[in-house]
Amino acid sequence: MDPPTFLIQCLNALQYGLLLFLVASGLTLIFGIMGVINLAHGSFYMIGAYLAFALAPIVGSAFGGGFFATLFLGVALAVVLGYLLEWAFFSFLYEREHLQQVLMTYGLILVLEELRSLIVGDDVHGVRAPAFLAGTIPLGELMTYPVYRLFISGVCLALALGMWFVFTRTRLGMMIRAGSTNREMVQSLGIDIKFLYRVVFAAGVAIAVLAGMVAAPASSVYPGMGNSVLILCFVVVVIGGIGSIRGALAASLLIGVVDTFGKVLLPQAAGVLVYMLMAMILVWRPEGLFKPG
Amino acid sequence: MARFGKGKVAFTAVAFATLALWPLGAGPYGLDLVTKVMIYAVLALSLELLVGTTGLVCFGQSAFFGIGAYATVLLSKGGTPPLLVLASGAVLAAAAYALAVGALSLRTKGVYFIMVTLAFAQMAYSLVHDTPLGGGSDGIYLYRKPSLGTWIDLERPLTLCFVAFACLLGTFVFLALLLRSNFGRALAGIRINEQRMRATGFTTYHYQLAAFILSGAIAGLAGFLFAVKDGFVNPELLSWHLSGGVLIMIILGGLGHLRGAMVGAFAFVLLEELFQSEAVFGGFSRHWHLGLGLTIIGSVVLMPRGLVGLPEQWRERLAGRRLARAVARRRAPSDGTPAERGE
Amino acid sequence: MNRRIVARTGWLMLAAVAAALPAPEPSRAAEGAKIKVGLMLPATGTYAALGTAIENGFRLYVQERGGKLAGREIEFVRVDDESDPAKATDNVNKLIKRDHVDVLVGSVHSGVAMAMAKAAKDSGTLLIVPNAGADAITGSMCAPNIFRSSFSNWQPGYAMGEVVAKRGHRNVVTITWKYAAGDESVGGFREAFEKAGGKVVKELSLPFPNVEFQPLLTEIAATKPDAVYTFFAGGGAVKFVKDYAAAGLKGKIPLYGAGFLTDGTLEAQGPDAEGLLTTLHYADGLNTPRDAAFRQSYAKTFKLPPDVYAVQGYDAAQMLAVGLAAVNGDLGRKAEFIAALGKAPIESPRATFTLSPSHNPVQDIYLRQVVGKENKVIGVASKALADPGRGCKL
Repeated sequence: MDPPTFLIQCLNALQYGLLLFLVASGLTLIFGIMGVINLAHGSFYMIGAYLAFALAPIVGSAFGGGFFATLFLGVALAVVLGYLLEWAFFSFLYEREHLQQVLMTYGLILVLEELRSLIVGDDVHGVRAPAFLAGTIPLGELMTYPVYRLFISGVCLALALGMWFVFTRTRLGMMIRAGSTNREMVQSLGIDIKFLYRVVFAAGVAIAVLAGMVAAPASSVYPGMGNSVLILCFVVVVIGGIGSIRGALAASLLIGVVDTFGKVLLPQAAGVLVYMLMAMILVWRPEGLFKPG
Repeated sequence: MARFGKGKVAFTAVAFATLALWPLGAGPYGLDLVTKVMIYAVLALSLELLVGTTGLVCFGQSAFFGIGAYATVLLSKGGTPPLLVLASGAVLAAAAYALAVGALSLRTKGVYFIMVTLAFAQMAYSLVHDTPLGGGSDGIYLYRKPSLGTWIDLERPLTLCFVAFACLLGTFVFLALLLRSNFGRALAGIRINEQRMRATGFTTYHYQLAAFILSGAIAGLAGFLFAVKDGFVNPELLSWHLSGGVLIMIILGGLGHLRGAMVGAFAFVLLEELFQSEAVFGGFSRHWHLGLGLTIIGSVVLMPRGLVGLPEQWRERLAGRRLARAVARRRAPSDGTPAERGE
Repeated sequence: MNRRIVARTGWLMLAAVAAALPAPEPSRAAEGAKIKVGLMLPATGTYAALGTAIENGFRLYVQERGGKLAGREIEFVRVDDESDPAKATDNVNKLIKRDHVDVLVGSVHSGVAMAMAKAAKDSGTLLIVPNAGADAITGSMCAPNIFRSSFSNWQPGYAMGEVVAKRGHRNVVTITWKYAAGDESVGGFREAFEKAGGKVVKELSLPFPNVEFQPLLTEIAATKPDAVYTFFAGGGAVKFVKDYAAAGLKGKIPLYGAGFLTDGTLEAQGPDAEGLLTTLHYADGLNTPRDAAFRQSYAKTFKLPPDVYAVQGYDAAQMLAVGLAAVNGDLGRKAEFIAALGKAPIESPRATFTLSPSHNPVQDIYLRQVVGKENKVIGVASKALADPGRGCKL
């Protein structure tokens, strides 16, 4: 592989890893803070993609178009959805065993997929990237790199920084971190832990939905897109460590590299390589790379 | 203390008798259905050993099932070997993978364990789906079903049904005895309080690994039966949807009871048939996942002890009601009409 | 008390079982009794839209003839196969053993169809495959009672191989998913292309249904071939065409594909698909009277434009009708049915075709170009192309 191709492949790996991080960070957040294993997280990603598809014409006719308007509206809807879902469904899961959480969220996946089928149908759709992001940057004589993929990477990095900032530098972040280590103590300090959990859950959902919306122009919008993402997210969380945002980032980038270069160098084994990576890390560190935080 | 509750034994006996006599009355489809239920029941029993007895929530049982099935087909490529050889090969292959997965996964605890078992099942899925080891995403055929001597020929559905019944009965009896042995009690102890078991000198890791391998082996047996029944295996046998389905079976039936696994397998297959039936739901039957998902959620919430625990649940509720009435009567004997007094 | 509840639960369950299984069918030897057609198509999952189109096409043909074929009324039984090969054997056995269908029609997914083929072969039930292109179905698993109204994966690939060679390209890179359909399509392409003197310099693949194409697109750019041949379908096809354009390769390295790259996906692909050349046994703009009548009828009945899947469903019904006509509606005369169907011309909207000895359509493969939202026919890539049916002993 010559140096320019190698660099481009690194860029590919970085972009893929960052998008994976965006989806997985919501999962590890909900996991780490509230101890709820949520299989339906992939479905939120799917909802995000379908929202991007469904909202675009609405935003177009009501506000005269605007990619960022669509994103904003989608995230707002996601926050509301997350809030309601937590109140109606997930708040019952905190006290339950992991097995019951697994089953109930598995049932939720089925319900969400069918609702999607009933409301939007089963067709495959495309979402157009906005014109100002649809260009390409020439790299080398033949290849160009899509600007939109750089945009996706940018959004993911911005969000990662934002999350780090909120967690380490704000009061809310402090409360969240405290709540994850000792729920009763936080309650006895007078902080409304229920409200806190609801906020965190809504944030987790919103992040996944945003990931789906942002990724929609680059991937297509099709039934079952949540399932493949979900398994990878689980691998990210296992490798990175539950509840660790840093871990999720490291693991996602690692997976991005392994997957990208694996596809090119060892195409036969490409699908298995990620799991072998996970197995190796488990041998070395059963709890994942990083501690929660 | 080996206590076999009378109600439990009666129920189990009735269930097995029904299964044994069913093929005589059912048509070819009913035969197929009951064979399928019995194979799933064996699979559910294998998971019950892990989840219900040892407290290890494994989300990757489909991997052992699928490996047993694939081993059956791959070992028959050059001509079908005898029945016992083929079955042993399938069981050993599944047990080997269970050893590998268990050795690594048991280093993790709780929620990690669930995710890790899921991921390893996905690894097996990828191996079979993407590499030349399996036949790729379309699956491979089993051209000739095995036989033992001249009179057990698994090409005949009735024979296969009885072989499946024998396996189910054998597995059930084996596990029932195992659970009442010292080994089984150690597993139960580990489920209840692992720290305490370790403090009393048990190397819990070894016990858990043994349970894991045994569970994988039994799942491999179920896989062997499934491959022989269908004559066709494909990577979806290792999908996590099947892993989820088996978990649902044992929860639906009732966790912690062997007959719960059987009841759950039966109920799950019936539920799927029900929701897909056009006779009941008409055109809406194409969205049958919705009904299934709601039922799963409902059953976890409303029936925490599963179908097998329903009699207990009703009894408690009845007792609770009687108690409340008794308390109300004692509190105010002269107040109000008999109706208000709750009689 | 406990025993009573246990016994009650037991009886309840037995009753539930009895209710779930339908009553045995009365014997149906007489003429005038309905012919049961078992449709095993995906109603859920990625291929649901294809399943709907096939069913629409099939029903349209029967409806056009007043619900009767050769004097026998047609009754439908549907099963959702979920494109899940694991449940396929159970589902097809439901149709064969529980519902006692006379004819099986299905499926979309090749893995499901392979399970159906085995069950059909074992039970002798008539099977018409309205889509699944696995070469094995009319290859190693072929049987006298198994027919296909669609295509084999090999056919469009082979046709495109001839086209690409004729256009003067010498070095080609292929890219597809690593599964039977992809392998067989690329295999067909390679066979024709290398026979004409070309060379496939690299065969790229990724696991199905992975859609992260970026690393492989970089590989293509680094290899700099004369052209690229691809096989993708559905969501993957949408993404690949868009990614190909976004990577700047469109216009620089010509892209050729089997027709599924642009069938049913043009709406989602938008301008990125403009001008793409593909090969398939159906196209828009054929402008034959047969096709025009079919399109009008379909659009009026279902308020949707027809696609290749609808045509395949329509032709499956037509094949059944042709066979039934030859035996006067009596499915008991199976050997005559099979013999007649094996020889008869099928007047399809795509063009008239016949069946090869292994019961796969011998048909013209069109060369199409994407113009706006249509795959316009610009020529015939391969006339009366027959799949070699390797491994079939018919």
